[in-house]
Amino acid sequence: MSNVAIRAENLVKWFGEEDAKTVAVKNASFAAEYGQIHYIVGPSGSGKTTLLSMISGILKPNEGSVILEGEDIWGMSEDRIADIRLNKIGFVFQDYHLFPRLTTAENVAIPLILKKMGWNEALTVAIEYLDIVGLKERAQLPPYKLSGGEQQRVAIARAIAGKPDILIFDEPTASLDGDTGRKIVDFVKTKILNEKSCIIIVTHDSRIYEFADTIMKMEDGKIIGFEKNHSHEK
Amino acid sequence: MSGILKIALKLLVNDKSKFTALLVGITFAVFLMVMMTSMFSGILTRSSSSVYNIGAKIWVMDPAVNNATSSIPMPDYVLSAARGIRGVKYAVPLFFGTAQVKLKSGAYQAATVVGLDDATLYGRPELIKGNINDIYGDNAFIVVKDAEYTKLEKPDVGTDFEINDYRGVVVGLAKVASSGLFGIPTIYTTYSRAITYIPTTRFTTSYVLIEPKSDSDIPYIQQQIQKLGYQALTRDQFVKKISDFYTFKTGMGMNILLMTTISFIVGLSISGQTFYTFILENLEKFGALKAIGAKGKELISMILFQAAFTSFIGYGLGVGLASTFMILARLRLPDYAAQITFTILGFAFLMVLIIAGVSSYIGVRKVLQIQPFDIFRG
Ligand SMILES: Nc1ncnc2c1ncn2[C@@H]1O[C@H](COP(=O)(O)OP(=O)(O)O)[C@@H](O)[C@H]1O
Ligand SMILES: [Mg+2]
Repeated sequence: MSNVAIRAENLVKWFGEEDAKTVAVKNASFAAEYGQIHYIVGPSGSGKTTLLSMISGILKPNEGSVILEGEDIWGMSEDRIADIRLNKIGFVFQDYHLFPRLTTAENVAIPLILKKMGWNEALTVAIEYLDIVGLKERAQLPPYKLSGGEQQRVAIARAIAGKPDILIFDEPTASLDGDTGRKIVDFVKTKILNEKSCIIIVTHDSRIYEFADTIMKMEDGKIIGFEKNHSHEK
Repeated sequence: MSGILKIALKLLVNDKSKFTALLVGITFAVFLMVMMTSMFSGILTRSSSSVYNIGAKIWVMDPAVNNATSSIPMPDYVLSAARGIRGVKYAVPLFFGTAQVKLKSGAYQAATVVGLDDATLYGRPELIKGNINDIYGDNAFIVVKDAEYTKLEKPDVGTDFEINDYRGVVVGLAKVASSGLFGIPTIYTTYSRAITYIPTTRFTTSYVLIEPKSDSDIPYIQQQIQKLGYQALTRDQFVKKISDFYTFKTGMGMNILLMTTISFIVGLSISGQTFYTFILENLEKFGALKAIGAKGKELISMILFQAAFTSFIGYGLGVGLASTFMILARLRLPDYAAQITFTILGFAFLMVLIIAGVSSYIGVRKVLQIQPFDIFRG
């Protein structure tokens, strides 16, 4: 059995047609392994979010495939892709995208509710996850009453509540101060990562590079470099 | 309730200002539609009040009649022919006319005069004072105590008045099921007295009222009357004929229809617009749900639920508001005609369903189109 959690093969994505056509991702291939934290770094506009979205079943590529458990997810029906997003992948958005009209606990319960868990049980489990990210006492507050770092943790709790195999972060530290950013990634690495999960983080925050197992560089839509963090090898 | 609908509900009602705006829009639309149609329904009922109040099973009339109070007199042979038809238990004449009544104070007041068949008094009203047989007394009249009663200066048994230079005396007060549309009082007397006191044309029978032996005889009776060149209508058919006349042959029906349509459009655009804005402002949320793994049909069920929930509450509020308004109006205005019927409630409900349907259709289309990616790219 290979240790690959998810594999991207020759992904191509462009926007617009003819003169207005921008190719955001050019022939990107890589594999993410279980038990590791993979970084994708590169300047703004280099195609990182586009690539992540294709991997996580949110944006359909023009060419190429995304292989999960031996199957190309982009060959599946809409509903099956939705199921994969729900059960296999946890996505922490750059701007969190929490629901201001719901309590923090209800926000975290959403994936559980989508998985048809009963309301009360979902909220109980959600509070357990809030406890993991250290926000149990904030459970009944609306998210906008929380600080940026706390909201980020709520978003993480929501992403992990569905027990995904693959956890994807888009610039998790971009809107946080350096210290909070480091703490969050440290937390993810020590508390959430295990042998059955895999984490992909997009960032251009060099302060958190030390947590990476592999770092992939992107520029102008292309993957231009790949390195392993040898200090992590046991 | 499934968890996903509970989330939909919270997203909806926790957004208080938008939820209120939605409710106001639908409530207002329902209120307007119910008011308009109730007004119309009230007017229609009143336009047929004589038909209800007389209560005969079958009415024979000139085919050109389209309103109970403007009858076209028929020759006497119609009555005798009707009596000869198989299945007719009995047939009696009815007189309908208008007269100027000179009251005690010296004022004149127009009144509808109904002349009941002398032998049977078929179609007699229910008396609340006096004895029906007193109608055979000299100059005897029975006054209907409806919304127009006061226009006769509240007469009582024994009150006398002048009617076309004859003396008239009140021998009883009657109550009826429905007031008339034209705002004039009604008085009853016998057929023979009515045609003596009131100037008439050569023919004096306004209607022939028929009581069939059984309901199954009605089609045959109608057929035979038609052969005479006249029309025999059941009570419901006659009411429908009158209603159709007011609805389609006068400006009234069209105007009400127009106003109802306008209130529907106003309601639809207010609530449709507000709901659309609500969906637009929550598009990001729906996109997030989609990204987290909500399926298209789950998002659709959320939107339908939100639209249905708002609509039903708005419907309830609108109907409640209209009823309250009518009850208050009736307290002050005895002549106030509006009435809410089950048809109106059903109609308004249907309109609300359409409003909810159109609004959610727009919302659903929008939500199914969103690409979560466009929202997250930031
Ligand atoms: N929906 C879109 N329409 C047009 N161009 C887009 C769209 N999404 C992304 N792009 C373009 O694709 C490129 C890569 O974008 P993105 O993946 O967001 O970069 P990054 O996340 O690395 O900053 C950019 O040039 C961006 O302008
Ligand atoms: Mg980006």
